[in-house]
Amino acid sequence: MNIVVTVKQVPDTWAEKKLDAADKTVDRQSVDNVMNEMDEYGVEEALKIKEAHGGEVTVVTMGPAKAVETIRKALSMGADKAVHLTDDSLHGSDALSTSAALAKVISTLSPDIVITSSEASDARGGVIGALLAERLGLPQLTQARKVTVDPGASTVTVERLADNGYALVEASLPVVVGVVEKINQPRYPSFKGIMAAKKKPLTTLSVADTGLDAASVGLAGAASQVVTSESAPPRSSGTIVKDEGDGGTKVAGFLAAQKLI
Amino acid sequence: MAEVLVLVEHADGEPKKVTAELLTLARTFGEPAAVFLGAPGTYAKAKDYLAQYGAAKVYVAESDDIAGYIGGPAAELLAKVAGDASPVAVLVAATADSREVAARVAAKLDSGLIWDATALSPDLVATQGIFGGSTIVTSKVTKGVPVVVVRPNATAPEAAPSTPAEQVLDVAISDAAKGAKVVDRVVEAKSGRPDLTEAQVVVSGGRGLGAAEHFALVEKLADTLGAAVGASRAATDAGWYPHQNQVGQTGKTVSPQLYIAVGISGAIQHRAGMQTSKTIVAINKDPEAPIFEFADYGLVGDLFNVVPQLTSEIETRKAG
Repeated sequence: MNIVVTVKQVPDTWAEKKLDAADKTVDRQSVDNVMNEMDEYGVEEALKIKEAHGGEVTVVTMGPAKAVETIRKALSMGADKAVHLTDDSLHGSDALSTSAALAKVISTLSPDIVITSSEASDARGGVIGALLAERLGLPQLTQARKVTVDPGASTVTVERLADNGYALVEASLPVVVGVVEKINQPRYPSFKGIMAAKKKPLTTLSVADTGLDAASVGLAGAASQVVTSESAPPRSSGTIVKDEGDGGTKVAGFLAAQKLI
Repeated sequence: MAEVLVLVEHADGEPKKVTAELLTLARTFGEPAAVFLGAPGTYAKAKDYLAQYGAAKVYVAESDDIAGYIGGPAAELLAKVAGDASPVAVLVAATADSREVAARVAAKLDSGLIWDATALSPDLVATQGIFGGSTIVTSKVTKGVPVVVVRPNATAPEAAPSTPAEQVLDVAISDAAKGAKVVDRVVEAKSGRPDLTEAQVVVSGGRGLGAAEHFALVEKLADTLGAAVGASRAATDAGWYPHQNQVGQTGKTVSPQLYIAVGISGAIQHRAGMQTSKTIVAINKDPEAPIFEFADYGLVGDLFNVVPQLTSEIETRKAG
């Protein structure tokens, strides 16, 4: 199985995230950056499929130079090699141009399975799996909480989350799989894994290397733009009351006073 | 007036409230044209509703392929309508399925995509709360037909009875769009409660409940209020409640009139999914819990005493 897994470096969930004042892109300078937590589940699922069926796991990311830290983490978890698409002209890319750029890189790797996660914690679009399926012309097996690969039949079946249960969805290889975080328990990199990661193959590509048009990516190629940005008025705490045996009644009193019941 | 396409959000033909919201919103800057995509025989259930909320036109496609495959058929049909009708915008509800369809449509049309809009002005400037609602941005599409994914509860639905013209679509779907086949749909929990993202009241439970069976307390309170039930990530990770009900980062984002957090500390991941709720009530025994820093009303106490008392007090007030 030739498995490609996409990862993204994002500001730490605990960091105070903001937009850059000048170009209104996510400020990645003033915060700690980590692998998007959801992507750890994608890497884990890729490794589990490889362990069950053999093959190779290639990590693909697009991001600034320091996104190599996130590649290293995926390699130290056990991925075999990595491709890093990095170029100043990619700065400010929207989801559409990001998906086009990633698809361009991924298609040269001829994968059987492309794995992505359900959302990144910075933009929270939740659309990259669907967009990669569209761009690559592959079946969309997104929102998967369980993935079953049948190499004999060359099919993948997933349990796709639905509001009241799930849909069982099947497709023939090659496919794009999008995983949700209940699917597995991502492993921690071992010391051995961390050491080994340093020697694993890493290919760095520029926009020119991929054959993409530099005008179609980055802020210049974005199909939407942020017009204004401001901090939301902070929510302040209201009335805090200690329960003295009549707490439930007090809450009901508050709700009634607010005409909520 | 130019058309604004609204993708009808429905369950087997029964329209969701957000459809009325999108039609109401569409009316503010164009002529609302509903696009109904569903299984054969389902449109009849939506017809009157779409007329009541002012659809000037309805594009109808009924085919087993639409629900039979993930992503492809719906995106292909909607993109086809958008290509032919040259609308001023395409509006889609921010549900898990439809946002994926919207993304594929934007890619097909080579258009810009905006997601999770909480407002959209007549000149198509969208408002979004980003970073869990801590930053408010306005943004606009600069290329092609704007495809805008709009959050439920962004607009109050207003009826505007109309007699829509109907246009039946050719439902021939390309083989390429039929890659991900739905072989079964399994219902695990049918609660009869409102949809989490559409509900006016949400009651959520967290780590403080301590066990799956204690969610009965949350459900009972929710049912008294006609509310949806949510859960924190700690509760869904523990397997106490389904993942589908998770509120917060990696779960659903809700913005109800009233949000009651039971035994939830209010860590940043949870806050990201509920802090735009109109009124927040928190019940937690830990006075240091972060949720008290942004709740409108906080009750420091044992939820196992407070919640049953609250439920029975609401029942009493209702009976009175």
